[in-house]
Amino acid sequence: MKIHEYQAKAILAKFGVPVPRGEVVVKKDEARAVAQRLGTHVVVVKAQIHAGGRGKAGGVKLAKSPDEALNHAGQILGMTLVTPQTGEEGRVVRRLLIEEGLDIKRELYVGVLVDREVGAPIFMVSAAGGMEIEEVAKDNPEAILKEKIDPTVGFQPFQARKLAFGLGLTPEQVNAAVPFFQSLYRAFIETDASMIEINPCVVTGDGKMYALDAKVTFDDNALYRHPEFKDLRDLDEETPLEVEASKFKLNYIKLDGDIACMVNGAGLAMATMDIIKLSGGSPANFLDVGGGASEDQVKNAFRLLLSDPNVKAVFVNIFGGILRCDILASGVVNAAKELKFKVPVIVRMEGTNVKQGKEILKNSGFNFTVADGMKDGAQKAVALAGGAQ
Amino acid sequence: MSVLIDNHTRLIVQGLTGREGSFHAQQMLDYGTKVVAGVTPGKGGTKHLGVPVFNTVADAVKATRANASVIFVPPPFAADAILEAMEAQLPLVICITEGVPTLDMVRVAAALKNSKTRLIGPNCPGIISPGKCKIGIMPASIHKQGNVGVVSRSGTLTYEAVDQLTHLGIGQSTCIGIGGDPIIGTSFLDAIRMFNEDPGTHAIVMIGEIGGNAEEAAADYIKKHVKKPVVGFICGQTAPPGRRMGHAGAIISGGHGTAAEKYKAMRAAGIHTVQSPADIGSTLASYLHKSKSKSSAKKSAPAKPKKSAKTSKRK
Repeated sequence: MKIHEYQAKAILAKFGVPVPRGEVVVKKDEARAVAQRLGTHVVVVKAQIHAGGRGKAGGVKLAKSPDEALNHAGQILGMTLVTPQTGEEGRVVRRLLIEEGLDIKRELYVGVLVDREVGAPIFMVSAAGGMEIEEVAKDNPEAILKEKIDPTVGFQPFQARKLAFGLGLTPEQVNAAVPFFQSLYRAFIETDASMIEINPCVVTGDGKMYALDAKVTFDDNALYRHPEFKDLRDLDEETPLEVEASKFKLNYIKLDGDIACMVNGAGLAMATMDIIKLSGGSPANFLDVGGGASEDQVKNAFRLLLSDPNVKAVFVNIFGGILRCDILASGVVNAAKELKFKVPVIVRMEGTNVKQGKEILKNSGFNFTVADGMKDGAQKAVALAGGAQ
Repeated sequence: MSVLIDNHTRLIVQGLTGREGSFHAQQMLDYGTKVVAGVTPGKGGTKHLGVPVFNTVADAVKATRANASVIFVPPPFAADAILEAMEAQLPLVICITEGVPTLDMVRVAAALKNSKTRLIGPNCPGIISPGKCKIGIMPASIHKQGNVGVVSRSGTLTYEAVDQLTHLGIGQSTCIGIGGDPIIGTSFLDAIRMFNEDPGTHAIVMIGEIGGNAEEAAADYIKKHVKKPVVGFICGQTAPPGRRMGHAGAIISGGHGTAAEKYKAMRAAGIHTVQSPADIGSTLASYLHKSKSKSSAKKSAPAKPKKSAKTSKRK
């Protein structure tokens, strides 16, 4: 689960990570008052969306007076920010973070994440703050310092010192960096984060260290341990169809194509998208109905798929294991009765109770296209959706 | 022959009395798997499905000489269940549970390093040596005893591949679902090493997906050590970057973990790559035939692979 910068900073502050003073506003008029309260020469007006690259897109501006802050706020609030991470449609800015300006001497990168290859958390720092860490990793990998953390003993002070000295910090700055890093790690563990990125992490003229930006992503599987995080979810940042899908516990990701697919299992769902593409079509979505889907679940899935106006055909690809083909077929038939399909539906079933499933489809009175294998199904779906592109 | 499990496997089901545990334990019993005990804290001394239930794994092992365990407990209790099985010195533990927190698995992985236990999963369909032993949730009927080792991060996509093989008359030595999470007990490399060393496995199918670089690590090993034919498929060629495709581990992040990268590494290792998931079985069949006639699977295979499925060389 992603959260906003201002939410991330509030959480990090609780763990003792220094962050700039600031307040969130949703109306431009509030920006002036906040800037006055902060009282610094410069304040920063920052768009709050779940995507990086805001600065370049015009979503982050410096203001030298409360009036200028008001001006910027008026411009940025309500604008649609398009960054490399938002996709073409961009994101509407609904909130701003107004923060004090700092006397920045150095900009660093600091991140914690679970490295799947080593099976442990790693702490990463780089002197190239403010840059995309992936770019640094590609062009100049030795500029990234890493410490692998033994989860049984945790992040040790010597590791924090190693990283801090490695960044070329002065002894005074190291004294600020070590508790900063340790607090950050504690936040990572105790919130069940999957990633924390501070980019940039800044060193100020008076030798202090601050999280100037903060990106925190939580492990969805661990959210049950943190019921308080539920309120941090911002539905405005998610695709409406995906929000709808999550209500039914359907694993759905919207894509740009016109052939909807309904599949059981994530791997087979991805493979189904791939074979649609190989057959000359374009998938409208990823959808895993899960291992133990019920008839109702299948109906919900259809409702969701058909509410995407781009969809010209639906390809149902089910390999019955726990999910029996007869249950699936009944779900498809019920959905057809209730939702009155206007697009062709291609069904490919294999596995548990496939014979009963095929009978149910055949005797339903509906004109489903039954496919023999994935390839046949994909080709039929592409043909019925209007042919290969 | 097979790897990890066979007729001598004596299985404990952790979470036997739960809904999932009951259902799949019955299926495993029906298949002939020796389910010797169940573990549900508080229900020790009772019987379920005719199987004795114990309060702890240690009790169950002591009473039944079990040598493997399968876990069906809900995600908040999965890490604990794995560690309990490890502490009881079980050499093989299979965790089916989906949705285990990553940091739980980080701690489990660290503990496993100093143990005798091999973990498969979590978030996996399990492992089957057809005709001998089935541990997990895969439909038994699609499998056939034979000489192809199958390893995959996915559940239903593995069934798809196995079904293709079986339809071509090609049996499997062992099929291992290693799971779709970022941190798992048994990697592609581990599975492929075991298949390589198993005289009963003549060819290998590996089914990967986007995210991480476990496929690349396995490809590197294959290049150096594996002479048996290997057919490889990666799903998620059309997946958008930055999105988790159902599996917690299936994500292209920072431009890494793409299907294209994995295909490249696999081709460089001499793996016969397949672009279409529909061609996995027929491609393997064509190499099995080429590789020589010691495979018994060959004789029973209908002469289908005439189109010798394209092992794509497209870039």
